[in-house]
Amino acid sequence: MVTDLLADIKENLINGDQERTVELTKIALENGIEPMTIVNSALAVGMQIVGDRYSTGEFFLPNLVAAGVTMQNALSILEPELQARHEEVQRVGKVVIGTVKGDIHEIGKSLVATMLSCNGFEVYDVGVDVPTEIFIAKVAETEADLLGLSALLTTTMTMQRQIIEELEKADLRDRVKVMVGGAPVSGEWAESIGADGYAEDAMAAVRLAKLLMQ
Amino acid sequence: MSLRIRILEKETIDQIIDEALGVLQDPGVRIHNEEALELLAEAEALVDREAQVAKIPEKLVRWALDQAPSDFDLYTLAGKPTCHYGGDAVQFDPGSAALTILDSESEEQRPPVTSDFVTFVKLVEVLPQLDAQSTAMICSDVPEEIGDLYRLYLALNYMCKPIVTGAFGKDTWWIMKEMLEVAVGGSEELASKRVAIFDVCPSPPLLWSDLTCQNLIDCARTWIPSELVSMPLAGAVAPVTLAGAVVQHTAECMSGVLISQLAQEGAPIVWGGSPAAFDMREGTPPMGDVGTWLIDCAYAEVGKALGMPTHAYLGMSDAKVVDAQCGLESAGGTIMAALTGINMVSGAGMLDFESCQSLEKLVIDAEIIGMTKRLITGIEIREKPIALSLIRDMGHRGEYLGHPHTMRWFKKELYFPSQILDRGSLDSWKSKGGKTAFERARDEVKSLVEKYEPSGLAPEVRDELRRIAERAADKYGMVKLPALPRE
Repeated sequence: MVTDLLADIKENLINGDQERTVELTKIALENGIEPMTIVNSALAVGMQIVGDRYSTGEFFLPNLVAAGVTMQNALSILEPELQARHEEVQRVGKVVIGTVKGDIHEIGKSLVATMLSCNGFEVYDVGVDVPTEIFIAKVAETEADLLGLSALLTTTMTMQRQIIEELEKADLRDRVKVMVGGAPVSGEWAESIGADGYAEDAMAAVRLAKLLMQ
Repeated sequence: MSLRIRILEKETIDQIIDEALGVLQDPGVRIHNEEALELLAEAEALVDREAQVAKIPEKLVRWALDQAPSDFDLYTLAGKPTCHYGGDAVQFDPGSAALTILDSESEEQRPPVTSDFVTFVKLVEVLPQLDAQSTAMICSDVPEEIGDLYRLYLALNYMCKPIVTGAFGKDTWWIMKEMLEVAVGGSEELASKRVAIFDVCPSPPLLWSDLTCQNLIDCARTWIPSELVSMPLAGAVAPVTLAGAVVQHTAECMSGVLISQLAQEGAPIVWGGSPAAFDMREGTPPMGDVGTWLIDCAYAEVGKALGMPTHAYLGMSDAKVVDAQCGLESAGGTIMAALTGINMVSGAGMLDFESCQSLEKLVIDAEIIGMTKRLITGIEIREKPIALSLIRDMGHRGEYLGHPHTMRWFKKELYFPSQILDRGSLDSWKSKGGKTAFERARDEVKSLVEKYEPSGLAPEVRDELRRIAERAADKYGMVKLPALPRE
């Protein structure tokens, strides 16, 4: 029964079925399954499979995002239960992420945010067209380990350099690693502006974030 | 809702048919085959035995068109119907009988050998975009006289999909038929579960050679489907006007249908061809020319108007290497053929007019075919309202990527290309080696061939096929055929 339920949750998460996953998560709790067991033995395992299938070409971006949203919905059911037990899901690290000022491109940034979140990061998505001071303030407030800066235009990518300079002025640069991304951004660019890394796509961003946390 | 285009007005089609019937009455058709002349004379065509010309009355042609089936299926070796001839069904097979192969490494043309064709057959088997095999190249490591049957012998050892083939001789046709019977388990099986179709090619203008005419008659009598490959060369051996070339094509095909139906009423036969608009600078028959596309599509419309299943050699290129010319010519012909609803489109993999096959081009063409098959399915209305309630629900949020609506439809709506098409970022492309489409195709060939699984042909059937092929080879001085590559 327990293993069946956990397997069902995992399968529905993989299929990105939000309603059914939430429903089954509730049933699992009612049946006395520990919330941490649901996280570790169903949700996390399912997300891993989704990521693997994306890497092999079997899954596509909608599968990634749907599974990510499904995971977050299931976690929102589980979190009060976890808190009641004085438990919390082990976080890999804290990330502040957003698209720089003057740039309203959202998809890439949101995808990275979703994937980081699914991979155990605590993510603070500050949105698009974000003024430099907001990034600085959020990093300070959350004591973030990582800062992700997205820019899709050659005209806005220079904001990434400016934000790094502002982090230095605010004495925060040593406390936070900076990842940059976006269509015109390259590894060379990242190096030239003193960022800690550049990722090609959402999956690469997760790998980079994990690497930077070590 | 399938996308279709029409090239000719109905009145034009009627005019072309009328004029073709006129051509058959005068000057008639040259027929260098005694049996066909006999059949026509018995049917009361005006036959001049000495000149070997038959003048054919309209009612005879009308009778033949009525007898010929408007549709039939080709079957896999396992006996499953898989290619439908008739209506607007669209299917693809590779171009056939190439004299050279474009070497994967040197990118130069060389004569193909046994292992090249075996690799080719495996590739066609694993490419889902291709619906049928073809005897695509002529192996240079066996005597020329058995070039036709040896291709079929090799293909039968590795294929499951049906095959488009053809004979180069009157006697070799019978050996090929014997092989097909062995492969499917007897002559009745071959007649009912048709696994092969033979190309029969009249010579422009208005000539049936002894060989091809005999193949046509023998196919009909044994219920093996044949495919008329009429090839008017507009401006050289046919009228330069495209409609004029179609008139000649129509007359040649009508005479072919008649000969076939006189040999056996109801024998399956296909209205096909490989015309070209002659190149007035080079004196060559360009297969990738826009005029060629138009003649093909127009004659197919005439064939459809007469209730015939259709075929065309399209989707080929005259380029000598797999380059931009190759891509644009192949894509244009493929798309036009599909939009016309031609039942079997032969040409994938073919370069340099109709002389060179390329594994890499085949894989790239499969991508073109995949996109084309998606194209002709058009735009479907999946839900009603189409999107109003969804957009209202989403408001101004651009979060469609993981939405259940996206999950529900994206696989059905969108086309998913293989590695042939690069759609990554510049950096991602560079990190994968900065490869051209040809180089990616070369990689794809290797990984696809590895996915091939043996067809499950019984060992005794393989042995019997080899005995037949060896007997034929022996006749032409080759005691031992090349070994088959290990699977």
